[in-house]
Amino acid sequence: MTHLDAGREEVIATYNFAYLDEQTKRMIRRAILKGIAVPGYQVPFASREMPMPYGWGTGGVQVTAAIIGPDDRLKVIDQGADDTTNAISIRKFFERTTGVETTTVTAQASIIQTRHRIPETPLAPGQVLVFQVPIPEPLRFLEPRETETRTMHALEEYGVMHVKLYEDIARHGHIATTYAYPVKVEGRYVTDPSPTPKFDNPKMHRNPALQLFGAGREMRIYAIPPWTEVVSLDFEDHPFEVQAFERPCALCGAADVFLDEVITDDRGGRMFVCSDTDHCNTRQDQGHVGEQQG
Amino acid sequence: MYVAVKGGEAAIDNAHRLLADRRRGNREVADLGLDQIMEQLSLAVDRVMSEGALYDRELAALAIKQARGDLIEAIFLARAYRTTLPRFGYTQPVDTGRMQVERRISACFKDLPGGQLLGPTFDYTHRLLDPALAGDAAPETPEVREPDTAPMMRVSDFLGQEGLLEPAPDAADKPVPDDIARNPMSYPMDRDARLQALARGDEGFLLSMGYSTQRGYARSHPFAGEIRIGEVELEIAVPELEFAAPLGRIQVTECQMVNQFQGSAKAPPQFTRGYGLVFGQAERKAMAMALVDRALRATELGEDLTAPAQDEEFVIAHSDNVQATGFVEHLKLPHYVDFQSELNLVRRMRAEAEVRDETRQEAAE
Repeated sequence: MTHLDAGREEVIATYNFAYLDEQTKRMIRRAILKGIAVPGYQVPFASREMPMPYGWGTGGVQVTAAIIGPDDRLKVIDQGADDTTNAISIRKFFERTTGVETTTVTAQASIIQTRHRIPETPLAPGQVLVFQVPIPEPLRFLEPRETETRTMHALEEYGVMHVKLYEDIARHGHIATTYAYPVKVEGRYVTDPSPTPKFDNPKMHRNPALQLFGAGREMRIYAIPPWTEVVSLDFEDHPFEVQAFERPCALCGAADVFLDEVITDDRGGRMFVCSDTDHCNTRQDQGHVGEQQG
Repeated sequence: MYVAVKGGEAAIDNAHRLLADRRRGNREVADLGLDQIMEQLSLAVDRVMSEGALYDRELAALAIKQARGDLIEAIFLARAYRTTLPRFGYTQPVDTGRMQVERRISACFKDLPGGQLLGPTFDYTHRLLDPALAGDAAPETPEVREPDTAPMMRVSDFLGQEGLLEPAPDAADKPVPDDIARNPMSYPMDRDARLQALARGDEGFLLSMGYSTQRGYARSHPFAGEIRIGEVELEIAVPELEFAAPLGRIQVTECQMVNQFQGSAKAPPQFTRGYGLVFGQAERKAMAMALVDRALRATELGEDLTAPAQDEEFVIAHSDNVQATGFVEHLKLPHYVDFQSELNLVRRMRAEAEVRDETRQEAAE
């Protein structure tokens, strides 16, 4: 047997820093730069197959792989938590292919790759938040054709989205979109914030960190540069509002955070705890207590 | 007292160890060699090579072994390896007229120059399970003819001479083909990019799409003009050399569908083409690909768009099984946060609906 015997080790040893070859990284960086130059615009890029499945964060992983350097410190979260299985898997991937330091502490990370959440701890200038995006097109479920939606973006034809939100109000008395709630970036492009809960939308507005979005399967990258205006779509008489929880976190007592509902027994018992595990742990270390600890 | 679940990392490691154990199965049964897979499961190897878009029998066999025989998983392994390989260049167009043919049939002509060659086909076998195969019964030695290096004219060339078949596109019109692995796909696609996508598309998906055209969803009156399987020479142009340098040979399956066509505002009555070309011996895939290729040419030929198989965005965007399996299976990943948001919404809407019902009842009373 030829190249296999000669070596599995040899083959693995030829993987580049952060897996992708340098040409691919340059191609992705060009797409990122274009995305930063045109905030909210979906830049097509020649997405590569990654060693994890499409739909499992390949877009975010490619963006992170293209921007990460040996001095970076990486944090990976899924559902706000550092210890969810896919977050662990992606963190291990970068540990193995880059050897960079990883952290769970939001404030200490230079790059944070996330799925479905924005950390509760406010981000600082210089940090980069990388979102994993399944369907980058906010108009997709109103118009399935890419050829159509690209034209709609080009012509700034966003009427269908407002009609959809209006129909929600007519039917339910309020807008019935709770996650992947569409935003308008810098007054131009209607953009999908990825399936983060709308609770996180206000954090995108004038955020000092750079926000990058990677959709591997759909081959799109987009960006929200630091301090960019990000407005959630709404109506004057039905202003945008975020979810509110009736109780604070049972572990750390935080009241202004997104909570996960945890089922504690088979008799309907449940409790609410922070979805952002780092935020919760930090608060507990600082001496904050929730009803369960009290 | 509730403690958040930790230990995902150990769980993942344990799961992977268990997977490796289950893959190997009972240690008293002999380990499966890559040569056994290459030799005795060669059509599985072919499928992994074509949909994995990597012509390497050994790596495909390794992928099949590692994937426990799950071919889509094996295809994914091949793709993920392939994407790390450097791109040295593009070969010259392959001349299938000079193929070393092992099988060649035409459903259009009873006999033709070069003859009908059945080759190693399942066709006309009676699908009766063969108990002898449960043991290691040696098969009879087959009759083989002397290799014939003379080119074998394609059926499409005969038909083309009379002008009844539309001419094949000229390679000179597009000297450098598109490369769907290096450029983002955009719609509408040129036919070269579309054929690339179909060539690595999922066999089952293309089979169903092609089948749908036979059942009246964009009926295209197809005839299997020619199917040929054999080895072709690959050559690459090197700037320092005056001739194209040979790289070696690969086995491919080519299918040229010939479709009757009544003519439209854009094209005269004639026979039109649907084309399929696949790595290895993959007749079903090549035929399905040719049917779908023809259906997708509807706009070019001025036909009415009435069926899913004619819809380029629909077909191409959903033909890749690596993408499809990833996105379908990603539903296994945690979605706590979005589900929580939806829980809150449904609870709120339920509460509102109950209030509405009560007021309605009170009003009725």
